[in-house]
Amino acid sequence: MNYRYLPMTTEDKQEMLSFLGLSSVEELFADIPEAIRFQGSLQIPIALSEPETVRHFTKLARQNVDSSEYAYFLGAGIYDHYIPSTVNHVISRSEFYTAYTPYQPEISQGELQAIFEFQTMICELTGMEVANSSMYDGPTALAEAANLAVGGVAGKNVIVSKAVHPEAREILGVNAKAQGYEVIEIGCKGGVTDLEALEQAVNEQTAAVMVQYPNFFGAVEDLASLEKIAHQHKSLFVVSANPLALGVLQPPGAYNADIVVGEAQPFGIPMQLGGPSCGYFAVKEKLMRKIPGRIVGQTVDQEGRRGFVLTLQAREQHIRREKATSNICSNQALNALAASVAMTALGKRGVQEMARLNVQKTQYALRELAKLDNCQLVYHSPVFNEFVLKVPKSVGEVNRELLRKKIVGGYDLGRDYPELANHMLLAVTEARTKEEIDALVQGLGEIGRAN
Amino acid sequence: MSKVVKGWLYSREHEWVEVLSETRVRVGITDFAQNQLGDLVFVELPQVGAEVVANQSMGSVESVKAVSDLFSPVSGKVVEVNSELEDSPEVINSDAYSGGWMIVVEISNPDELSELLSAEQYADFVLEG
Amino acid sequence: MQTNKEKELIFEMSKPGRVAYSLPESDVPEVELDAVFPAQYLRKQPAELPEVSELDLMRHYTGLSNRNHGIDSGFYPLGSCTMKYNPKINEDVVRYPGFAKIHPYQAEETMQGALRVLYDLQAELSEITGMDAVSLQPAAGAQGEWAALMMIRAYHESRGEKRTKVIVPDTAHGTNPASAAVAGLETVTISSDEQGNVNLEELRKVVGADTAALMLTNPSTLGLFEESIQEIAEIVHEAGGLLYYDGANANAIMGIARPGDMGFDVVHLNLHKTFTGPHGGGGPGAGPIGCKKELVPFLPRPQVVKEGDTYRLDYDIPQSIGRVKAFYGNFGILLRSFVYIRANGPEGLLRVSQEAVLNANYMMRKLAPYYDLPYDRICKHEFVLSGRKQKKLGVRTLDIAKRLLDFGYHPPTIYFPLIVDECMMIEPTETESKETLDQFIDAMIAIAKEVEENPTIVQEAPHTTIVSRLDEVTAARKPVLRYRKPAEENAVRKAEGSQANEGALV
Repeated sequence: MNYRYLPMTTEDKQEMLSFLGLSSVEELFADIPEAIRFQGSLQIPIALSEPETVRHFTKLARQNVDSSEYAYFLGAGIYDHYIPSTVNHVISRSEFYTAYTPYQPEISQGELQAIFEFQTMICELTGMEVANSSMYDGPTALAEAANLAVGGVAGKNVIVSKAVHPEAREILGVNAKAQGYEVIEIGCKGGVTDLEALEQAVNEQTAAVMVQYPNFFGAVEDLASLEKIAHQHKSLFVVSANPLALGVLQPPGAYNADIVVGEAQPFGIPMQLGGPSCGYFAVKEKLMRKIPGRIVGQTVDQEGRRGFVLTLQAREQHIRREKATSNICSNQALNALAASVAMTALGKRGVQEMARLNVQKTQYALRELAKLDNCQLVYHSPVFNEFVLKVPKSVGEVNRELLRKKIVGGYDLGRDYPELANHMLLAVTEARTKEEIDALVQGLGEIGRAN
Repeated sequence: MSKVVKGWLYSREHEWVEVLSETRVRVGITDFAQNQLGDLVFVELPQVGAEVVANQSMGSVESVKAVSDLFSPVSGKVVEVNSELEDSPEVINSDAYSGGWMIVVEISNPDELSELLSAEQYADFVLEG
Repeated sequence: MQTNKEKELIFEMSKPGRVAYSLPESDVPEVELDAVFPAQYLRKQPAELPEVSELDLMRHYTGLSNRNHGIDSGFYPLGSCTMKYNPKINEDVVRYPGFAKIHPYQAEETMQGALRVLYDLQAELSEITGMDAVSLQPAAGAQGEWAALMMIRAYHESRGEKRTKVIVPDTAHGTNPASAAVAGLETVTISSDEQGNVNLEELRKVVGADTAALMLTNPSTLGLFEESIQEIAEIVHEAGGLLYYDGANANAIMGIARPGDMGFDVVHLNLHKTFTGPHGGGGPGAGPIGCKKELVPFLPRPQVVKEGDTYRLDYDIPQSIGRVKAFYGNFGILLRSFVYIRANGPEGLLRVSQEAVLNANYMMRKLAPYYDLPYDRICKHEFVLSGRKQKKLGVRTLDIAKRLLDFGYHPPTIYFPLIVDECMMIEPTETESKETLDQFIDAMIAIAKEVEENPTIVQEAPHTTIVSRLDEVTAARKPVLRYRKPAEENAVRKAEGSQANEGALV
């Protein structure tokens, strides 16, 4: 077998060994005690050549249903959106994807500037003052927001709406257990956070009130009312926002949110089974020095030229070690770059236009689905690009029938909300055509009817 | 050579203490400390009204690549905080003993002052260190 | 082409009316937004995103890429980061529609190919590390550490034991103590002995009934194999603690020694290091964790399982610590690593580690006459040098690192581990040719000579980069973390009460 990633020839090896005064590579492992040496050969498949690799993985890929051939009405946190062609061209430049964290700013100005631009775009969309260089994903960013709010102070709690993504709440729960704070979940009324229940739950011990915007059921929460309740006892108001929706909706910053987090996946990042995506984290200026993760700042070099560096590093794990409040050390640089390129390509106008198209397609689907007598739209709050539909059979069965029509149906809400068995969460993005929406409506209309 | 101010008191954690009255002291970090820390970029201080305890953390100072705890040399209640440091931490580097003062404390246990070093003792302590 | 001019920000290139996107006209009947949303819900001020043409966009980002150094640009011996070549076939495979365009919530029967990748990767990483099971969920090494520490906590709690202390050697990565802290555990740091090994006496003193785990990187961040690893394992296990393997340095041991056989109970791997991630300019990574059977019940959920010929996601793990990340981990990175393992097989992976170690030893011995070698013994895939000889001549390790930039190299990791004065940590990796190694050695020797003969050239380096050393102090004191339009910037400064330069208003 040839190993194309290993340049050392037998001669090279001989020369190097003889320089070291050794006769074999084995001698370089003499410091590993015999008893713990691995004997034999690793039980993994033998190497594949490049053409074999292509054949093997092409075959595996074909065992998956994908959005190049199926119409996806599935969202719930990951969406099928338009990705400008430029995105892939930029992130395929190996100066970006084969670089490490920009610790040497003199030869990393490209990455640093790209992140600085990303931070600016996130601030613009969310209406916040400071954003970091990105987080693992939206749900972990939400948990980090809770950790920041609690700040290691004993006896604190955070309040989270049940209309926040169930996986985000589960991750929040693991964080809360780790750091010893309580999470209180607030129920919903008509598909949005129950304001009365929230008002009753908030008290002096509440470090943060956390909601999603639009929420998990697609509905646009009343941030103005939520903010008033959140700030009654000086809790931080934390909003997890879909940045694309902010093309048409008032940004959380305009509602005096303290921390805005979310998932930049709608901008230029493929679904790829949900990861890697790109979380973002934005705050008011007063929280600037408490923000987790890396941050890029502008400065000048010795000649006075503008340049960029990683800054406020004293917050970070490699300096604070056991005193750190977050252990994150990477960011999602390459995906933040993808998101930046997509936000640049869409630009001021395109983001609004794409957001508006999501609303239009969703409204069309809602109008058409309202005509069906076997399915019901259960909530009536305004939505962005997702909504809840009650279907006549189990969601699994419905989706199996839709799949035959090359449609990937909605998310099964009964998984997380027992009271919502036989309810699906449907997403209609700008990527769906009228024809596809009509096929979905027709397919759903046929469910449960003899034919 | 780092400077000390004669007549003031010093902690082994490199804070200086200027006795203002029987019950009040002003606190900052020494010239030696600022020199060791390098260019300071941020200072976190307690708020007015907070209680500080001798030899326990009362805040922190940050340079570009390090963060260090500030240990209070005395116990008591913070009555004044140098808010100028919030925007201009560099004053500590340029002027550790006057403009770089950090807090004024209403002390609760004057006996603690006797445990601090004199200027001469501190100068020796730094030399040995 | 590189120029030494400042690069415009994308916002500064913006001109109203230019676009770089193409969306179809709506094919459904229009409704007005204010018929859908109450007026107060609608955005009043559009976000000030750039307005550029497609060519403007490509020139901008191509310009930025020209101001960046990647592995494909040149040698990158950044210790502890394993900056090896990132195979191109990996990049192709992840872009296949069947992998890139699949949704995490689509029915399991419609993603059997993806689940098989995950299932096989779980099994193969278990084999490579000598563990009984692997979870692919953690998004990065740091998250893997945290998840694994939460499993360790859950394990002890399930046995009714309260163990809160995590022991780490002073050579550990900063993430180790930070992860322990955010897992609600306390860190106890122990020193290293003169040979760079864990100080056994100190270890014996600190272990006890409160020991949750010892976290160890092996080979250590000094590039040295812990020769007493069996004894260390015994001491920790006898005290009832667990042994945690930080897999940052796994590139040295594949097919040679397995953490599971060394006595480790839990491991994390950094797939973006050993298994060609790539690094992406700082992420995304992937940080799978593996464990011995006693800890399997506590793994994050879901796990990928196989029943007959069918793969599915198993959520029924009652003692699981829960979820640490949405969905099933960073699939795109996991897939790249899986393709890499396929391209190497057992023989290839063994050669990877052997040659990584040979390269490091070769370079270490070549440089030893010129730089101080604090640990004079066989190294594994990386080694540390100290610049204390040069420091005496007024040249700091930082200066040497900056001077390497002039030679076209990314410098080694510097000032880490913390226990070595003026430290340089060098990891050549196995994908570099002997010629590249020799050229780098020559550059290091040339710099050592410059330090003696003409230190200024080193102290003032870099001389050839697009920017010179940057003012990090001002960046941290007066943070500018986002662009604002000049008019807006002035308004903000005014509001802050500082003296804005009115003359700058155009």
